[in-house]
Amino acid sequence: MEYGVQSIGRRGVNFINRTGGLFILFGKFIVSLKDIPRSMGLIFEQFYIIGVKSLPLIIIISIFVGAVTAWQAAYQFKFIGAPLRYLGHMVGKAVIMELSPVLSALVFAGRVGAGIAAEVGTMKVTEQIDALDSMGINPIRYLVMPRVLACLFMVPILVLFSDFIAIMGGLVISVLGVDISTETFMSGFRDSFKLADFRNGLIKALVFGLIIGLVGCYEGFKTSEGAVGVGRSTTTSVVISCVLVLVFNFIFAIILFRL
Amino acid sequence: MDKTFIQIENLYKSFNHMPVLNGVNLNINKGESIVIIGQSGCGKSVLLKHLIRLMEPDDGKVFIEGMNLSLLYGEQLVATRRRFGMLFQSAALFDSLTVAENVGLGLKESRRFEQSEIERVVAEKLEMVGLSGSAEKYPAELSGGMRKRVGLARAIANNPEVLLYDEPTTGLDPITSDIINDLIVDLNTKLKVTSVAVTHDMTSAFKIANRIVMLYEGKIEIDGTPEEIKNTDNEVVRQFITGRAHGPIQVR
Repeated sequence: MEYGVQSIGRRGVNFINRTGGLFILFGKFIVSLKDIPRSMGLIFEQFYIIGVKSLPLIIIISIFVGAVTAWQAAYQFKFIGAPLRYLGHMVGKAVIMELSPVLSALVFAGRVGAGIAAEVGTMKVTEQIDALDSMGINPIRYLVMPRVLACLFMVPILVLFSDFIAIMGGLVISVLGVDISTETFMSGFRDSFKLADFRNGLIKALVFGLIIGLVGCYEGFKTSEGAVGVGRSTTTSVVISCVLVLVFNFIFAIILFRL
Repeated sequence: MDKTFIQIENLYKSFNHMPVLNGVNLNINKGESIVIIGQSGCGKSVLLKHLIRLMEPDDGKVFIEGMNLSLLYGEQLVATRRRFGMLFQSAALFDSLTVAENVGLGLKESRRFEQSEIERVVAEKLEMVGLSGSAEKYPAELSGGMRKRVGLARAIANNPEVLLYDEPTTGLDPITSDIINDLIVDLNTKLKVTSVAVTHDMTSAFKIANRIVMLYEGKIEIDGTPEEIKNTDNEVVRQFITGRAHGPIQVR
């Protein structure tokens, strides 16, 4: 009993520590933005590593996300007897409002968030971060700011690609597998398309990017105890990023998509 | 005659309620080559990291030429850290940068030097440590001894007033260790820096030090010249420098 209470207490303290730590890191990130002009090389390097290199994976998942959405929607339409001309409407809404931002963010958390936590964590345990400090180089400016900025800008850009490719995936499956015409699919999509949905999807992506970048860096900086610690930070970073993405997605659903 | 450069006053530090530094008092004078010896895990590296505030003390103060290090922030702290160069235990080279980029990183990021000047300094420092031909290699392509020498070149790139060495010979074979020791003595003489090294390698300590202190149970156990240390009656020190398993030092 006592052990259980202690365990809950310890988890509570850890949660408060981590939340406070993330806010402090966010504050330091904001302060470091004044150094953007002198860090352009580092920032563009991260744009390439974090953004451009994630594109092939996002393309692959988006094709299948669009395809399976169209297929499942057609299956449900048949079941309830809804007309298939609404398939473009259904796929467009689902992809733009939910599936592209959320699934891209979850994949991004697995690929990029884990990578950041592992890289920064390894630098921490091998004293490379101490080395930066000892040379008078601010690790927040040198490591955190370029990575978080890259996540912040690259997730929305990747979501843009994902929106387009997933809808194309849905279109191909609708034409080849469900047997409706391209024109029927596209007119359903056009009729339901609202710029606000598209904008809201990108706003979500921006916040998801910020979460993934910050959590990856924070867990990396907290790493201790060698290789085991790096593994733990990497896993924790992915788990926390994914949970926060889904929690914030729910909050956005309530705020941005009013009933 | 000697001027105190670093003053450590009543320094306390513990990790998970385990005290590591338990009221350390130590003055380091300008131009000295001081070696801090002690068992593995006794807090030598922790003490060294407090000298440039890579760690914050639980209690106590570190003064650099009279300035309380704990009260320095922003540019003042950066400027103070730039007066130091540090060789880390594992060399702590940046894997994604070449040897030349590693050595020149501090200069580049300080924005006080033209690229041509940085290249000149990097070439000069790499020559001093005997690695002129390795400028374009990556750390993964280097041996342990070469990595330490690159770390040394990086530490002296900014012409620091103080050099800190964290276990400079750990993990190296005796011959490579001796090369590193010679290099440290040579650099201390040529650059006329104050140097603070922590080690448990007594061969290295006697070679590079003109003053040795021993850290034991979180405090300074002895402070003297290498000759005084060799001839001391202090049983704790004698056990350590002769490497005996039995004696007052209990290995946990």
